Amino acid sequence: MQNKSIAQLAADLRLRRYSSVELTRHYLDRIERLDPRLNSFVTVAAESALAAAERADRALKSGDTGPLTGIPIAHKDIFCTEGIRTSCGSRMLDNFIAPYDATVVERLAAAGAVVLGKTNMDEFAMGSSNETSFYGPVKNPWDESRVPGGSSGGSAAAVAARFCAAATGTDTGGSIRQPAALCGISGIKPTYGRCSRWGMIAFASSLDQAGVMARSAADAAFVLDEMAGFDPRDSTSADVPVPDYVDALDDDLHGLRIGLPKEYFGAGLDSRVAAVIQDAIKEYEALGARIVEISLPNSPLSVPVYYVVAPAECSSNLARFDGVRYGHRCENPQDLADLYQRSRAEGFGAEVQRRIMIGTYVLSAGYYDAYYLKAQKIRHLIADDFKRAFEQVDVIMGPTSPTTAFALGSKMDDPVAMYLNDIYTIATNLAGLPGMSIPVEPVDGLPVGLQIIGNYFDEARLLNVAHRFQHVTHWHQAAPAGFE
Amino acid sequence: MSLDRSDIDKIAHLARLAITPEQSARYAADLSNILTLVAQMDSVDTSGVEPMAHPLHMVQRLRPDEAREPDQRAHFQSIAPLTEGGLYLVPKVLD
Repeated sequence: MQNKSIAQLAADLRLRRYSSVELTRHYLDRIERLDPRLNSFVTVAAESALAAAERADRALKSGDTGPLTGIPIAHKDIFCTEGIRTSCGSRMLDNFIAPYDATVVERLAAAGAVVLGKTNMDEFAMGSSNETSFYGPVKNPWDESRVPGGSSGGSAAAVAARFCAAATGTDTGGSIRQPAALCGISGIKPTYGRCSRWGMIAFASSLDQAGVMARSAADAAFVLDEMAGFDPRDSTSADVPVPDYVDALDDDLHGLRIGLPKEYFGAGLDSRVAAVIQDAIKEYEALGARIVEISLPNSPLSVPVYYVVAPAECSSNLARFDGVRYGHRCENPQDLADLYQRSRAEGFGAEVQRRIMIGTYVLSAGYYDAYYLKAQKIRHLIADDFKRAFEQVDVIMGPTSPTTAFALGSKMDDPVAMYLNDIYTIATNLAGLPGMSIPVEPVDGLPVGLQIIGNYFDEARLLNVAHRFQHVTHWHQAAPAGFE
Repeated sequence: MSLDRSDIDKIAHLARLAITPEQSARYAADLSNILTLVAQMDSVDTSGVEPMAHPLHMVQRLRPDEAREPDQRAHFQSIAPLTEGGLYLVPKVLD
C-alpha cells in the first residue's frame, strides 16, 4: 500500500479494497516499527488519526467525499494543529498546544485528509540539515549516517520512508526543495502568497511559504490543489485564481524553453551532481524542450542578502516568545527582565540565538542602512535578474543542492558552510518565485534533485514539467533499502 | 566586520537573551564569520536601486473596523504559564 500513488489510494478507498482505518493503521505501524531509526516524527497522533480515518470511512460509504478523503498525511511541526502539540522543533514550544488550526491544516482536513502526526524539523525552520531540532537530528533513510536536509527534514524523510502518502513543508530559503533533493522525493515551494501563512509559525515573513512534499509531482498536485488559494486571514495571501494542478499534469512539453543559468553550474557544484543534472536536461530535450543559456548575474549574492533579510525578520518575529503568554517560562524569575532573558535563553537553541542576534544587530541604530536597506536593494537586483530571464524562457533548471546528503555533524560547527548549502535555492525565495525539486539519477546511491524554477503563479507548469519527466523516468519510484 | 564579546553582550541584551561568557565568546566568532559573508554585499553598486521589502507588489487590504472574533480569552489563557483572574502574571514591576 505504501508504494501506491495518491490517485491509486483514493481509487482503492472508493472501491473499498481497504478502508481508511486499515490504511492509517498500516502507516502507523510502519512509523512505530521503522521511525526509531530516522526520528522523522516529533508527535504521532494515532488516536486522532484513527478517529479521522473512521469519519473518512463513513464519508466514503455515503459518497460524501473530498479529493483526499481517507488519505494519511503528516504536517511539518510548524503548522498549528488544535489539540496536537506544535513544537516548531524548539524547547520554547515543547509544551505548546495551539488553540486553533492553521489554514493549511484546516483546508487539508476539509478535503478529507487524515493527519498521522507532526514531523521533525530544524528549530523554528532555521537550518539545512535538521540537526538544530530540540528533538534530535533526523536521519536520511538512504544512509542513516547522513542528514536528510532541512529545515523540512522530518517531512522529507517520512515521505521517502513511506510513512505517509505526502507531507506539508515550508520553505524560507530552500527548506522544502533541499531536503526533497537529499531524500529523493518531489517537493514544491509555491509562489510567495499562494498558500496561506495563517497559523504557520513565522520565521521570515517576506520569504516563508508553505508547500508539499510527496513521492511524485502528480501526488504533490493532488495535495496542492487543496492547499492553495486566497485566505483573508493572511494579510499577504495572494488573491489570484488557482488552476486545477492535476488537470495540467499531462500537457505536452514540445517547445518548452528551459533556461540554464551559468551561475548554477560553476565552482562549488560537485561534478558528479552536475553530470546527472545534465543527463536529466538531455531527457527534457528528448521530450521536445529547447535549452537556452541564461545568466542570473546577482544570484551569488543571494546568500549574503538572505543572511541579513531572514535574521532581521526572524529577530522581529521571535520577539513574541517572552515566557508570558505561552511557551517556555524559566523557573523563579527575579524580575521581568530576568523572565524575558532566561526564558528566551533556555527556550531557544544556538542557531536560533545566532540568527536573532544577527537580526538584532543589522536592525540596530546606525547599521540599518549598511545592512538591511542594502540587502533590500540587492534583493531587487536579484528579482530583476529573474524577470529578465523569464522574458526568454518558460522555466529555469539547475541543481537543487551542490552536493548529495552530507554526514551528520559535519557542518554543525561552521554556520557559514551550512548556509552555503542553500546557494541555489535562496534566490527564488528572495524573488518570491515558485520552485520545485524532483529526483534524478542518484550519485553513489544517494539522491540528487533537479530544481525547476517558474514564473510567478506558474505552479501548474512546474508540476506539469516535473510530471512529464517522471512519466519517462523511474528515479522517483526508488525506495531506500529497508523502507520499500 | 568583526564583533567582540562586548558587542555580543550588547546585542544579546537588545535581543533579551541571557548568555554565558562562554556562549558570548563563541557567538562573537560565529557572528563575525557571518558578517564577513554578508560583507560581499559591499561590492555591489546599489545607487538608484529601490529597496524591495516584499516579493509581491501588493497593498495592504482594508476591512471594516468591526469586531469579528469571538472572545476566546479562557481558551487562549489555558496554555499560559501563569494567569489569575483573566490576567497574565509576571514578576512585580513597581513596588
